[in-house]
Amino acid sequence: MSHSHAQAQPVGEHTTTGISHNRLMMWTFLASDCMFFGSLIWVYFAYRGRYFEPPYPRDVLDIPYTSVSAAVLLLSSFSIVMALTALERADMRGFRGWLLGTILLGALFLGGQYYEFITFYHEGLTLTANLFGTTFFVLTGFHGTHVFIGVVWLLVQWLLSYFGKLTPAHVERFFVTTLYWHFVDIVWIIIFMLVYLMPY
Amino acid sequence: MCCGEGTGRVKKTRAIRLRRSWVSVISLIGLASSTSGCGVIGGKIASTSDPAGDQARHIWDLFVVPVWWLSVAVFLLVTVWMLLNIVLFRRKPGDTRIPAQVHGNPRLEIAWTLIPAIILALIAIPSTRLVFQLNRDPGPGSNALRVQVIGHQWWWEFRYPEFGIVTAGDLHLVVDRPVVLSITSQDVIHSFWPPRLAGKVDAIPGRENTLVFTPEETGVFYGQCAELCGAQHAHMQFRVVVHSQQEFDAWVDKHRRPAPDPAPGTLAATGKQLFEGAAGCAGCHSMNPTYDPSTPINKILAVGPNLAYFSERQTVAAFLPNTPENLHRWIAETEAVKPYSIMAEKWWKIRAQQNQLLTPEEVDAIVAYLRSQ
Amino acid sequence: MAEAAIRLEQAGYRRSAVVEWLTTVDHKKIGLLYYWTSIIYLLLAGLLALLMRIQLAQPDMHFLGPKTYNEIMTMHGTMMIFAVAMPLNAAFFNIVVPLMIGARDVAFPRLNAFSYWSFLFGSLLLWSSFLFGHAPDAGWTGYANLSSSRLYSAGPGLDFWNLGLQVLGISSIAGALNFFVTIVNMRAPGMTLMRMPVYVWMVLITAILILLAFPSLTVGLFVIMFDRYFDTLFLNPVHGGDPVIWQHLFWIFGHPEVYILVLPPMGIISEILPTFSRKPLFGAPFVIFAGIAIAFLSFFVWAHHMFTVGLGPVPNALFAASTMLIGIPTGVKVFNWLATMWGGSIDFKAPMKFASAAVWLLMIGGVTGVMHATVPLDYQQHDSYFIVAHFHYVIFGVIVMALLGATYYWFPKMYGRLLDERLGSLHFWLTFLGMNLTFFPMHFVGLDGMPRRYFTYSAETGWGTWNMVITVGAFVLGLAQVVLLLNVLKTMRRPADAPADPWDGRTLEWTIPSPPPAYNFAVIPTVRGSDAFWLEKYGDGHHDAAATDISERRKPATFHQDNPGHGLPAGVHLPKPSWWPMIVSAGLTAMAAGMVMHGTETLGSLGFPVVGLGALVVFFGLLGWHFEPAIEHEEAHVS
Repeated sequence: MSHSHAQAQPVGEHTTTGISHNRLMMWTFLASDCMFFGSLIWVYFAYRGRYFEPPYPRDVLDIPYTSVSAAVLLLSSFSIVMALTALERADMRGFRGWLLGTILLGALFLGGQYYEFITFYHEGLTLTANLFGTTFFVLTGFHGTHVFIGVVWLLVQWLLSYFGKLTPAHVERFFVTTLYWHFVDIVWIIIFMLVYLMPY
Repeated sequence: MCCGEGTGRVKKTRAIRLRRSWVSVISLIGLASSTSGCGVIGGKIASTSDPAGDQARHIWDLFVVPVWWLSVAVFLLVTVWMLLNIVLFRRKPGDTRIPAQVHGNPRLEIAWTLIPAIILALIAIPSTRLVFQLNRDPGPGSNALRVQVIGHQWWWEFRYPEFGIVTAGDLHLVVDRPVVLSITSQDVIHSFWPPRLAGKVDAIPGRENTLVFTPEETGVFYGQCAELCGAQHAHMQFRVVVHSQQEFDAWVDKHRRPAPDPAPGTLAATGKQLFEGAAGCAGCHSMNPTYDPSTPINKILAVGPNLAYFSERQTVAAFLPNTPENLHRWIAETEAVKPYSIMAEKWWKIRAQQNQLLTPEEVDAIVAYLRSQ
Repeated sequence: MAEAAIRLEQAGYRRSAVVEWLTTVDHKKIGLLYYWTSIIYLLLAGLLALLMRIQLAQPDMHFLGPKTYNEIMTMHGTMMIFAVAMPLNAAFFNIVVPLMIGARDVAFPRLNAFSYWSFLFGSLLLWSSFLFGHAPDAGWTGYANLSSSRLYSAGPGLDFWNLGLQVLGISSIAGALNFFVTIVNMRAPGMTLMRMPVYVWMVLITAILILLAFPSLTVGLFVIMFDRYFDTLFLNPVHGGDPVIWQHLFWIFGHPEVYILVLPPMGIISEILPTFSRKPLFGAPFVIFAGIAIAFLSFFVWAHHMFTVGLGPVPNALFAASTMLIGIPTGVKVFNWLATMWGGSIDFKAPMKFASAAVWLLMIGGVTGVMHATVPLDYQQHDSYFIVAHFHYVIFGVIVMALLGATYYWFPKMYGRLLDERLGSLHFWLTFLGMNLTFFPMHFVGLDGMPRRYFTYSAETGWGTWNMVITVGAFVLGLAQVVLLLNVLKTMRRPADAPADPWDGRTLEWTIPSPPPAYNFAVIPTVRGSDAFWLEKYGDGHHDAAATDISERRKPATFHQDNPGHGLPAGVHLPKPSWWPMIVSAGLTAMAAGMVMHGTETLGSLGFPVVGLGALVVFFGLLGWHFEPAIEHEEAHVS
């Protein structure tokens, strides 16, 4: 493990499990975040179908459109893997290229979500329109916030690498970022299936 | 145990009396064993240990046998063992001995995994049986009385769809006749609890819960809100008035029409005028004891409690005894009697700001009117 | 302190004591910050309890108005749970866990500081609600829709509660991540999981519980926040929302929370009883597995707080059954503790008094817990003083008693001094008497039908007599804690002369000086078995059939912890003090405070700008955190 991010350990000291502190913490955090999205999804399902006023899901949801944006986010999982392997090879140009691609795909997804939200608002689905609006916007909004944090995090890493402060020695730190990014992707697949694809 | 104060006549069947007495004796011995003796609990207007309804009785019986006695057994086992440890194994001064380093004993440990399991099973079996027995709707074929209970901040409304009668504060029931209460709320979550008659059931806006019990004694029983519902949570009482069937029939007959108007020229007649006019009472309070029985339970009838036949009510402002003095004070000094209530916030305070508080004479007139009803 | 100064001098820093405490990343100092903050809160929230007890001493008292009473009652519960019991536990996680596992610090020292500052700022945000005259008043459980609709809870009181708890939740999750990684990843060589002290086990389980349970609270608090600020319909029954959803979210968090609070004290009891009985913990694996079983089951019992909600007989019966199952591992623990004492050579020093009392009090709280699990009984006991009695027996009787015991036990590791034994004994007896006098009669008024959260009652209820006794008990209990403060004051004026191993301890923290040096262990010990230090001192006790004399058996400890020179031992690098954790916490709390402002009439327009400002502080704080080298050694490496 590279010493610069194993914070409290003196150089060369091994962890009990052999897994770096950072990686272990990210796995643990993601387990906790699973419960966060689990609770949100549970609330969504508790109210599923109890929508007393229009617009109803079938009136607003545009499955082809959202399928494309889901594909965009899925693609970003691929590009971040490419960035990681480039970093492992110490190919900094390739790393920055793939990383930039990931950032753009993430931003594209966010832009798509923004456009989707605006469209829904125009069609009368607001936070307060009915329980579908309330649960839909809060659930997908929290996912969007996760993507946003991920994009900012990747952007910072891109800048760090640009200024030479993120080097192949930091591959473990970047690996932890990719864990987060994959998690956010998987959560979207689940939300997409449960909210969009499951028939009402 | 001192008992039966002020809650009205007591009339119980012989069987219940017998059953009650041996349960009381056992519980008294049990409770005395842990405390200073007689009179620790019970005999009070809200005591769960003095049941007057079948549900409260079933629950208290389950509490005494087996739960209380098993608890005493566990208490004695742990306490005696702890005392033995303290007495037998206390280190003497200068004792440098290392005791035998016992790391465990699987057989013992399995044994005391099983002991709590057995104790819990002994409790779980009768408990589960009772869970399924309680609050079960006896169905349309029974002679059960059906009443809708609606919680408001901070008073209780009772509707009798069978008779088209609505009232507030007092729930009128028939002795030995099961009642099925449909319980909900108009604002926040409350909990309906007449401790001597039955356990509590939450009154939740948007939901309808059921409480089923049979009163076993006639009299007036105390009830209260048991879920924090805002500032005056502690002042959200009700009374359950349990009648004989004849008394109840008379009560229903009477409440199928409004009380007669006070004789013209009396103070009460002036009060009626004020009530319906200048004082603004009628904006929130109806004097008509009837309502359209097809009204859904979640539809509000009036902002304030129905005041028909007010002179028969047990309480004023959902907690004070219904005396002319308390009624007078409630109308004249609403803010001081029950602050944060709608009547204090939306009526008394606004009139105070506009310098339009009722004069003592006007209050007297309204009191006279309400007492005449 | 001396070592810290040397370390700082070496690093070229000269900082005042204040700056040193503000920027510390040393787990021992953070532990002391946690400790004293929560002890002060214990006294403040205790004073709130005394105010309530004055109001309830007699029927129809007019000492507190209904709204004030509800505010004080809510703040008492909220602060005691989130700002006393949890951080007081965290204090001992910090003070003891790294020492027990033979580590020089926690895995993420700066994250540790962040946890503390978030706890401090979040709790100050909550307390500040009193200054603005709008304290939360919907109870610590904040039941919707009383709490979620501005129609029923106007003013910013519930917003303080909502946002303050979010900050405290982030603090707890950060702390749990840290201690999970520390315990999993930083154990001394040879310390396998089953050789870990039982206390460390309980902390590990607690960390997992926090990580899995708190998100549900976070979501619940967001749901309330959206309903209050943006008029969403989550809990609004007028538009089909169901206020009971909040109860589910709250109790899916809330019941594991009970074990988050009680498992570490159970671990403390499991350390103190063996030390003062000179015997190993009886059936340690059983005690550990009982802890795991309790933690696992705690996620399947939440609806036992909701038996009167009307879920129906089948859910009620199932949740009753799962709740009763928890009684089994709890019973196992009590019996194992009693068996640990049996046949021992028991020295009833202050820590032992508190710990053995906690075992007995847990039995009472456990027995009444089974009563509530018996659904029909709960129909009568729910939301009555019987419940109040039950959870105070658990929270005060077990959690606070064990943590007070821990204070006496580990004070040498905190300050290098032993607390006065006679005052400790007085403290114990007054506390024990006061707590039983306060909480036992609550069973009686509960059975007599007194609901909880009543600001007053009438004389005809007959609740007056016992309420007077309860009030007297509460004052005895309050007075008892003054003895603790006197004891600390008296002790701190004496020289710091506590030996490394004053109690003839069994675990690694007793191998190093009292108080430990900044680096804890000059040499990381190698662990050969459970009760590692005892094993080194007396050898393997498995085969000891007969009692032997301690002076004959005692071997010189093989853990050499004397630092040969001044300054840091060779090869040891300590984490660098940092301002960033506090800055990020401050930004986070500013975001929360901005949201509270947004909900008010006078400061509403400032709300979102303050939230934005806070977010910027968090962002740049994290950047600064990122760029700052974590350990001094790295300075040459980075940038």
